[in-house]
Amino acid sequence: MTRRLHVALFDDAQAVVAAARALRAQGIDVLDVVSPHPIHGLDEVLGIPRSRLTWVCLIGGVTGLALGLWFQYWASATSWPLNVGGKPFDSLPAFVPVAFEMTVLFAGLATAAAMLARGRLWPGRRARPELEATTDAGFVLIVARSDAAHEAEDVDDLLRGYGARSVRHELEEGR
Amino acid sequence: MVDTVVAPAPAHERVARPPVAPGHAPRAPREAPLITGGKTAADVTRDVCGPIERGPRGLWWLAFTAAFSALALGVVSVAYQIEVGIGTWGLNRTVGWGFDITNFVFWVGIGHAGTLISAVLLLFRQKWRTSINRSAEAMTIFAVICAALFPLIHMGRPWLAYWVFPYPNLRGPLWVNFRSALLWDVFAIGTYFTISLVFWYVGLIPDLATVRDRAKGLRRRVFRLLSFGWTGSARTWSRYEMCCVLLAALATPLVVSVHSVVSTDFATSIVPGWHTTVFPPYFVIGAIFSGFAMVLTLMILARRAMGLEDYITHKHVGAMCKVLVFTGSVVGLAYMTELFMAWYSGNAYEQFAFANRMRGPFAWAYWIMFGCNVIVPQTLWNRRVRGSLAAVFVISILVNVGMWFERFVIIVTSLQRDFLPSSWSGYVPTLVELGALIGSFGLFFTAFLLFCRFLPMISMFEVKGVLEPSHERRRHDGGVE
Repeated sequence: MTRRLHVALFDDAQAVVAAARALRAQGIDVLDVVSPHPIHGLDEVLGIPRSRLTWVCLIGGVTGLALGLWFQYWASATSWPLNVGGKPFDSLPAFVPVAFEMTVLFAGLATAAAMLARGRLWPGRRARPELEATTDAGFVLIVARSDAAHEAEDVDDLLRGYGARSVRHELEEGR
Repeated sequence: MVDTVVAPAPAHERVARPPVAPGHAPRAPREAPLITGGKTAADVTRDVCGPIERGPRGLWWLAFTAAFSALALGVVSVAYQIEVGIGTWGLNRTVGWGFDITNFVFWVGIGHAGTLISAVLLLFRQKWRTSINRSAEAMTIFAVICAALFPLIHMGRPWLAYWVFPYPNLRGPLWVNFRSALLWDVFAIGTYFTISLVFWYVGLIPDLATVRDRAKGLRRRVFRLLSFGWTGSARTWSRYEMCCVLLAALATPLVVSVHSVVSTDFATSIVPGWHTTVFPPYFVIGAIFSGFAMVLTLMILARRAMGLEDYITHKHVGAMCKVLVFTGSVVGLAYMTELFMAWYSGNAYEQFAFANRMRGPFAWAYWIMFGCNVIVPQTLWNRRVRGSLAAVFVISILVNVGMWFERFVIIVTSLQRDFLPSSWSGYVPTLVELGALIGSFGLFFTAFLLFCRFLPMISMFEVKGVLEPSHERRRHDGGVE
């Protein structure tokens, strides 16, 4: 089922935050705020939980470290032990630089890949909703529209009261 | 599907912004603004996207022609060297590393400032990085490509370059030697390039979407492909910022590791002049020093060529000059430490290596290095020197000349006269080596100029985030009343 939405366009980050806070205070759920730059403090207002990317980063890093150390040990001491300058085959200190680089490589790639996948960002994907102003200077606030006409009008008035330049009523586009 | 339009956009929104009253400035008056010209977010979009949509100025074409010619010379030199062999270089049995490894270390070092600006200054929440981080990070990527070129052609048989990777093979399998500093280089440079590229591209995505939304036709299709369907929703921004902080936190120790690993190419040997424990920090600080000098050279040129004088301001140049004078002083300290330790070690070979640097056949190179790296940047303590773009431009070039000679001095003078006088030798680079050096500069500047031409060279979304909010607020209030 497609939802009916209020789509309010603002010119100012502070006004969007204030409007979102007022809507949340009235128990109205703000579906999304689309903005040209990240707005600090918006996460708390919208109730967005802290990102779990740190865990992805940690798991990626530990995987890279383990793989790096194991492979160096296996290649140097098990698969084909080679005497280089009389050093021990299992020369752990010499394996530190490559193990470190593998840690960083895996952690970084895992974090970036997780961010893109979770945000549904991949090459050639169409931007939905298509709101051209939000990549320039406009801020868009999206609220689910109530079926009761007077409630919908109240939300329109509230949004305009907080400085919305325009408020449109739209149907939600499928993802 | 639009039901009703409740409040259409007021027509006067499009009029020029009101002049900024000086008494309303929210900051202390003695602090210069980061972005001049009282810009709004819409101005930022227009000013940054404008040059790439309109096409470049004459100065860009001039620079591109010069850079591309240098690149062509490099291609000819390298092609000749690969066809004929390493014998076309001036290397001999005593001096086995010359221009090739000098250029390699020089270019890796250049890259470090880009990561420092985009990662370390992000972690420290330095707002002035927002205008220059994108191009500094691009500079990192191009510099690492230039650096990687030299070990590749130095192999003599570059078509066998994949032998440096531990891949399953039919010779045993015979693995690479993980105890070798040269192999650590492969992993350090490879990881550094990959993570820098990812960090740079992730940073580009929101701005590619801005270009997409302004474009039509083919350009729109290309940027739609590149911008990954970015809209800028709150949840995505939240994750995106976390991703950037994590990548910055990973890139910071990475950048320290890269030049430390490069320095172990020398420090793990027993050659007098190379075998010192001070090398990792010495190389890292030198890399940051030369990198910042290169950022200054590029920014002073690019702001003019792309018409971005309001975004890359005297405040940015001043901040980078302060980094330059600090790192230059630490580099000076490293040179003094090296000399002191050579004397204090009581080791005759170590003492001779440094006496030979200062008074031997390459003394001129040593004193160019010392003058350009230690003495010249000290002029930047003076506010008037920091305020003059011409002076800063000249100093930034001199620093890079000095830093190139630092690597030349370390490599060539140490190898040239080691323990056994019967094996002493000289070193004269050939035209082929000079051609490869000039060609690497050509590659670097060609890539950088193409980047300026086709991609937003200033991080628009980050600049919009640090604009003085008073401009927008005032404008907004004016629109409502």
